[in-house]
Amino acid sequence: MTALADQLLVLCLLLNFAVLGTSRLAFSVRAVALQGVVLGVLPALVHPFSWHLVAIVAGIILVKGAAIPILIVRAIHKADIQREFEPFIGYIPSLVLGALFTALAFIFAARLPLAPEHEGLLFVPASLATLMCGFLVLMGRRKAISQVIGYLVMENGIFIFGLLLAEAMPVMVEAGALLDLLVGVFVMGIVINHISREFSSLDTSRLSTLREE
Amino acid sequence: MATGGLAINCFVLFCLAVACQGASGLPLLFSRGSNSAQRLSAFLMLAGSCAGSAGALWALTAPVPLSFALVSGLPFGPGSLGIDALSAWFLLPVFLVTGASALFALGYWPAAQNPDSAPRVTFFLGLLAASLTTLLLVRHLVLFLVVWEIMALAAWFALCTEDEKPEVRDAGILYLVTAHLGVLVLFAMVSLIASLTGSYLFPAPGTLPAQGGLAMAIFICALIGFGLKAGVMPLHVWLPSAHANAPSHISAVLSGVVLKMGIYGMVRIFSCFVAPPPWWGCTVLVLGAVSGVVGVAFAIGQHDLKRLLAYHSIENIGIIMIGLGCALLGQSLSAPVLVTLGLAGALLHVLNHATFKALLFLGAGAVIQAAGTREIEVLGGAGRRLPLTGLFFLTGALAICGLPPLNGFVSELMIYLAGFASLQSSPGLLGALPVLAVPVLALIGGLAVACFVKVYGVVFLGEPRSPEHLCAGEPPGSMLASQALLALVCVLIGVLPLCVARPLENVLISYRGGGEPQALVSLLPFVRISLVAMLLVVLCAAVALWLRRRSARIPTTVSRTWGCGYLQPTPRMQYSASSFGSLLVGWFSTVLRPEVHKVEPTGSFPGPAAYRSHLPETALERVFLPLLEYLYEKSALVRHLQHGKLNLYIVYTFLTLVVLYVLTTR
Repeated sequence: MTALADQLLVLCLLLNFAVLGTSRLAFSVRAVALQGVVLGVLPALVHPFSWHLVAIVAGIILVKGAAIPILIVRAIHKADIQREFEPFIGYIPSLVLGALFTALAFIFAARLPLAPEHEGLLFVPASLATLMCGFLVLMGRRKAISQVIGYLVMENGIFIFGLLLAEAMPVMVEAGALLDLLVGVFVMGIVINHISREFSSLDTSRLSTLREE
Repeated sequence: MATGGLAINCFVLFCLAVACQGASGLPLLFSRGSNSAQRLSAFLMLAGSCAGSAGALWALTAPVPLSFALVSGLPFGPGSLGIDALSAWFLLPVFLVTGASALFALGYWPAAQNPDSAPRVTFFLGLLAASLTTLLLVRHLVLFLVVWEIMALAAWFALCTEDEKPEVRDAGILYLVTAHLGVLVLFAMVSLIASLTGSYLFPAPGTLPAQGGLAMAIFICALIGFGLKAGVMPLHVWLPSAHANAPSHISAVLSGVVLKMGIYGMVRIFSCFVAPPPWWGCTVLVLGAVSGVVGVAFAIGQHDLKRLLAYHSIENIGIIMIGLGCALLGQSLSAPVLVTLGLAGALLHVLNHATFKALLFLGAGAVIQAAGTREIEVLGGAGRRLPLTGLFFLTGALAICGLPPLNGFVSELMIYLAGFASLQSSPGLLGALPVLAVPVLALIGGLAVACFVKVYGVVFLGEPRSPEHLCAGEPPGSMLASQALLALVCVLIGVLPLCVARPLENVLISYRGGGEPQALVSLLPFVRISLVAMLLVVLCAAVALWLRRRSARIPTTVSRTWGCGYLQPTPRMQYSASSFGSLLVGWFSTVLRPEVHKVEPTGSFPGPAAYRSHLPETALERVFLPLLEYLYEKSALVRHLQHGKLNLYIVYTFLTLVVLYVLTTR
């Protein structure tokens, strides 16, 4: 089972690169949705069967794989933007940095003082790498929607780490994480709406006029 | 255990009070602009006040220290609530003033006329009252900070009620900045205490050693953090504009109760230390003296009725600090008489100031509502049109001046006696310091009398100065009733001070954490004070009765006040507020820095002359703002970090995380 889990985690890492390397927003949303589905399956592989687990898996796949991507796709259609133009960090540099961060995550994870049963698993490095890729998207992209996507990738990274933390995931932890995510997406949705209404553009760099002089 | 059951009853009463106060804002949120909803919320506030006052009086007369542990699982350990006489003493003004203010708001801020702002101000007044009550019950430092912050923000929302006016927004921002600076310092204080005791609970009275750098740091943090809230002199900059621009009943709560939370914090933290070094008491004493004298000097120069009252709050905080300083010095010199008289005076003055200052602010609110302005220079003759308000205002004015037969006299007398007592009990240089508080107090009292002669003379006596600001009739009954209640408490404490002696002794016991109570009755001639006060009251009543009967017999002619024999006097011939204050402001001009604009009459046939003086908030405009300006210029390099680019802010977060990673895994 761990072999399959590891393969899925590698898939997650590859999906990170897909998000980092593309300028098309619809594609990156699909990549994040797929990442969400993969992550939704993961708890089923590492924990023994229970109905509680089924509920968690179904919930995660529904929220991460369907609900949130649909919300974002709708926002993309509404705002009528297909591509991310002129990112702060270009696509090739993003990919290079993403690779660098992934490598660093592996090195770093090896140095972390982990519990013996967690050593040698891909969970920790994959989690750190996904987290940092999410950060990279947040830092490098200009459009507010890209930043939502970056936020989702980051959240996925945290989720992978959460898989380790609890033997059988407490409902509270999971619900908390999902709620967090939903709130984040809603806030960003509101922000997006307001930015596009006030500035007739979704370019967050225009927000710098809001700073205090 | 009967007493335990009693204490739990008492606790239930407080819970009821908090629930009523917190819920009082809700009716108006659901039906905006409905007067009956506003009456319901005032009723809830009053019910909360009644329940709470009963609980507080109960806890004061039969004190059983009681504490409850809240659910654990909170960060920083399980929370804790408790009641002791010290909390109960500070709870009294909370319930008295918030109840009176809610009643006053019925007529002052009617929901039907203010459908937008009334729900807001009512809701935040309720929240403020509930947070004040909770603050005094909390025994856990982190929980204390949380409630403190709720209190600060509720007060901010309430004082920014008229946020369409730019001066209200400015006052609000100044308040918010200083309040948060204060909280920042309190954060430091809380972590220092936790590092000293190893727990986040309030330390028990008299358990912490006062020597060493850590204790000194805690003392300084408490002095700055709580001093900012209390408005001690160099830290008072937020106070005048905030009090002036809030609705009057909110000003009453701010000045009467919120400032006192600063004093409560100081008393509570200082009580934890055993035998503080003498410089603590000296510092508090000197700060109090400065606040008192400079505060009242500033007040004399003000032309805004509520700003003037706000400066008097600084003055009274000064008096309280003088008492507190005497008590601390008494602890260092082990002179129990000094501790008892100083602390009892300070604590009684807390209650007294809450009562008469709230009364004055409510009276000012009634005048402002009737005349439509806060400017003293255009008010006048309000006493003829608002006779009852004038009477209540006079009561408050006499009380704040510390004159018998009112309550201000009793508390100031205690502090005077503390000053004298130090001379007998502890010879030496340090023992002489509290004696110096006596002339300071006398000076403050004299200046306060001058200031209120000015206020009462200009606003209530004489002739109206401008036709636009003629006072309309007497305010509605709810506004009068709330003032009458506060005036009654002023007279009651003034005439029968013995009724506060036993509660004060209990507070002193809880300050020291047990021990034999010092009999306050043996230190202060309560009976003689009562006799003199009663004599004065009877005398006043007799003279008033005689005058009334005489004026009924003699035919009266109505003429202009202070006509001074002129055939055609005009209101412009009256003394103005500037002219009343100019002499005293001139004496203090080195500190106050008044701005005087005058055109002097010259020659044998002088042309038009003019005199106008304005007293700015000198500490703010001459010290703090230039300092901030300087810092702003010097920090240009650092400010490049704040550029408004969201992405780079995320880089900062990321870099911080990386640095933390590196630091923690090394």
